[in-house]
Amino acid sequence: MRWYHKLRLRLRSLFRKQDADRELDDEIESHLRYQIDENIAHGMPPDEARYAALRSLGGATQVKEECRDMRRVNFFDNFAQDLRFGIRMLWRNPGFSSMAVLCLTLGIGANAAVFSWIEGLLLRPFPAVTHQDRLVVVAGTNRAAGDKGAGGPELTAVSWPDFLDFRANCTQFDSFITDKIMGTTISIGDRAERVTGSVVSANYFDALGVHPLLGRGFEPQDETGRNSHPVTVISYWIWKERFHADPNIIGKTQMLNGVQHTIIGVAPQGFYGTFVGWPIQFWVPVSMQEIFEPGGYKLEDRSARWIEGFARLRDGVTIEQAQEEISTVAKQLENQYPATNRGHDIKLMPLWAAPFNGAAELLPILKITLAVVFVVLLIACSNVSNLLMVRSFARQHEMTIRVAIGARLGRLLQQLLTEGLILSSIAVIGGLTVAYWCRDLLVVFFPAPAGVVANLKGEIDWRVLVFSAAVCLVSTLIFALVPAIQAGKVDIAGSLKSESGSVFGARGKSRIRSLLVVIQVSLCFVLLVSAVLLIQSMQRIRTSDPGFLTESLLTTGVDLVAAGYNAPRAKDFQTRLLDRVRGLTGVDSASLARVRPFSYATYSSDLITIDGYTPAPDEQPSAEYNQVTPDYFRTMGIPLLSGRDFTGADDETAAPVAIVNEKMVAKYWHGEDPVGKRIQVKDKWLRVIGVAKLAKYGSFAEAPKPFLYVPLRQDFSVGANLNIRTSQDPAAIASGLTRIIHELDANLAPSEVITMRQHINRSALRSQQVAVALLSIFGGLALLLAAVGLYGVMSYSVSQSTRELGLRMALGARPAHLIRLVLSHGLLLTAIGVALGAAAALLLTRLFATLLYKVSPRDPLAFGLALVVMTTASFAACFVPAWRATRTSPVRALRD
Amino acid sequence: MGKPTDLVQGTLDLLILKTLDLQSMHGWGIAQRIRQISKEVLQVNQGALYPALHRLEQQGWIRAKWGESDNNRRAKYYSLTRDGSKYLRQQQAQWNRLSVAIASVLETT
Repeated sequence: MRWYHKLRLRLRSLFRKQDADRELDDEIESHLRYQIDENIAHGMPPDEARYAALRSLGGATQVKEECRDMRRVNFFDNFAQDLRFGIRMLWRNPGFSSMAVLCLTLGIGANAAVFSWIEGLLLRPFPAVTHQDRLVVVAGTNRAAGDKGAGGPELTAVSWPDFLDFRANCTQFDSFITDKIMGTTISIGDRAERVTGSVVSANYFDALGVHPLLGRGFEPQDETGRNSHPVTVISYWIWKERFHADPNIIGKTQMLNGVQHTIIGVAPQGFYGTFVGWPIQFWVPVSMQEIFEPGGYKLEDRSARWIEGFARLRDGVTIEQAQEEISTVAKQLENQYPATNRGHDIKLMPLWAAPFNGAAELLPILKITLAVVFVVLLIACSNVSNLLMVRSFARQHEMTIRVAIGARLGRLLQQLLTEGLILSSIAVIGGLTVAYWCRDLLVVFFPAPAGVVANLKGEIDWRVLVFSAAVCLVSTLIFALVPAIQAGKVDIAGSLKSESGSVFGARGKSRIRSLLVVIQVSLCFVLLVSAVLLIQSMQRIRTSDPGFLTESLLTTGVDLVAAGYNAPRAKDFQTRLLDRVRGLTGVDSASLARVRPFSYATYSSDLITIDGYTPAPDEQPSAEYNQVTPDYFRTMGIPLLSGRDFTGADDETAAPVAIVNEKMVAKYWHGEDPVGKRIQVKDKWLRVIGVAKLAKYGSFAEAPKPFLYVPLRQDFSVGANLNIRTSQDPAAIASGLTRIIHELDANLAPSEVITMRQHINRSALRSQQVAVALLSIFGGLALLLAAVGLYGVMSYSVSQSTRELGLRMALGARPAHLIRLVLSHGLLLTAIGVALGAAAALLLTRLFATLLYKVSPRDPLAFGLALVVMTTASFAACFVPAWRATRTSPVRALRD
Repeated sequence: MGKPTDLVQGTLDLLILKTLDLQSMHGWGIAQRIRQISKEVLQVNQGALYPALHRLEQQGWIRAKWGESDNNRRAKYYSLTRDGSKYLRQQQAQWNRLSVAIASVLETT
């Protein structure tokens, strides 16, 4: 019963405070009456009796206050009181308050925005999908190819037969979800447009918990039978925009890649598929894979790894348990199918660690950005801290009185922290508003190919709110604690004496403020160094050599797949197209290739056997290859080191041939010229006719890899990209090309004609550009805040030292001397800050070395540049106070 | 009669509880009773009495009720709760042990 009793008392003290207080008054009063009675009985006169009673009680007010303390709810009372007082104080200092709130809003807003991106793109990237915490990425690993540095085994996609075996044999999973992004041109009415689609397993919508708005999702039989289920679910956006929200859309047909598909469902609004970065506009079942995914029919081929899969864990199953089970099954598959599965395992990963889709690209950037905005927050906090300290000098009188009438240090702290909390609470509201505006802003930094809209939405949900509240509390502690402790050290005697004219420079409390400035400068310096490093790296990429000549090289394409061309028609079209293009003025050469280097499309990849090369026991030689037409090497500017180029004679009727790259020669022929030797790719023996110089195929960062080329005619693909070597500009070629294509087929048009550099910049520079843009914005913000902080400290120092400065002037100091005095102090702080910052940067920049291309994280130029920027900024910040120092009137300063 | 002795720290609670063990009483009465019983040796600091009463009440050892006093005056009467008397017995036993111990230490030297 005791707790009940206690609770009743507490609640009473809290909510019936007036009753409790009145009772206390009565109790003390009744005590006094007894004492007075006794005193009178002892013969005192009534007046004196009352005084004596009060004396023996030791001060009725203090006793009452102590009794209230015993009730232990003072905390709330005081809080409410401080809150009212704090709001009044902030209201009366609008300049201070708005400055502090602005700093904090920027700091907290930046954090909230970046966290909302992380939430919306990495942690819960798929809107409308239920229980995303139980979704994991299913990626393949290849031990044999694992010699690529410390990154562990190479990650691969997964084959469909393997996927079916996992589905059948694993018990720790609710479902396995197949997904593979692809693109096509969709023509509805008279408008054609590039859209992204997905090849998915039949359980896709059910497993994700997404219910089609109209019609149905796929059914199990849609997975079987080669090309036998031409059905599609379209996105809400397509239905709304292109089919004008037709309520009778179900059952209508739509041509997709030359095949009539029946529309069986419309996805609900707000569902964008399961690919970070691009919204998916239509879905087809896996049975239609061959139509959309190049490289032939793959559903019965265990060596064709193409699926970017997901799985949903059963409720309560950890990723480790699931991993153990799926690895066991993968091991069984290895034993059962050594030819295709030797060395292959499965790795389950959380969604944010996905090696495919935009997550892989965004993860390092967002990680760094989060660190950066935290630094910005720290800088903002130290600015507010500085502001609070300046104000605490102004409030010294108030604090002294509080201490003199008996306030304890804890009570002062509570009051100052409450005031800090008011500031940061306002800032959180502002910050969330900023984050709300910025939630879609990431898209701005990602240049997208024409016509495709990137999907990079931040998500502001309760987790972001909780995160922001935590940031608010932490920052309050950071910025309010130091000034509060300072204010607690009130020296009553000292502050009763008049403010003596102080000496310019470090003393007492200004030392702490200087320390804060030093911290700001050093944090800011780290950000500057990082920004410069990334800019340098971007510059390197922009000018680096991908192994082919990017100058005077244009790239474009014609979507024959979407137009429904079959192989014979496509071959005919391609031959005539190349002939005509080569005839355009200014065109040196032109050629086709199935895959354009540096694109998301994957090269064909197969197991290979080399005549005269015996692989190690667990080695499974494989290589990626591209299908190209004659003249490809001349057009791309890839030198042939030996042998000959493909010619028109290397067609489907001729003996199969291949051109290998340097890495293959080094790896499989020990550096001997392989021309004339044989290699087997898939089931076909090819004769090597040439050796091409090594190039970059997918990204600048990739390690040199074995790669080969085969004639397009001998491994035909309807979809192929056109590369043109010409001195003409893209616009000139585009008009000629459009005319040519139109003459060949009036229904066709070329895709965007761009320079190869533009194409590479779009794909290879994307993440760099985002990182640079974000770091520049936040670095600039940090610089501004640090400069404001420095300016504040210097201005205050000057204003506090008017008497000294006036005296110096009266004694003959020249303005230049005073400027030097103030500047040297400010620059000294900067120098200390830069030194600390440089030390920190040396340790920290290593962390984002993965984003740097051919730039050392300790590049001296970056440090030098950051130093120049920082010094310039602090010079500017100190100059105004210094100049003001020279305007001190000696007479006024001395008279005051 | 010498000067009244200040209470040993921490014993005020014990004295209050013991006083209330006999009968319920108001604040002033408690102070008087302690003085009387200790034959004017122990003087309760009135400033400390009320906070102590409120603390004991918060802890649930005693409870308070308003009542009429002998000369028709309203006063707040405190009485011991069941928990309080249990606590008092514990504290009393401890105090006895302590004072016996101190006494024996003092006697041996």
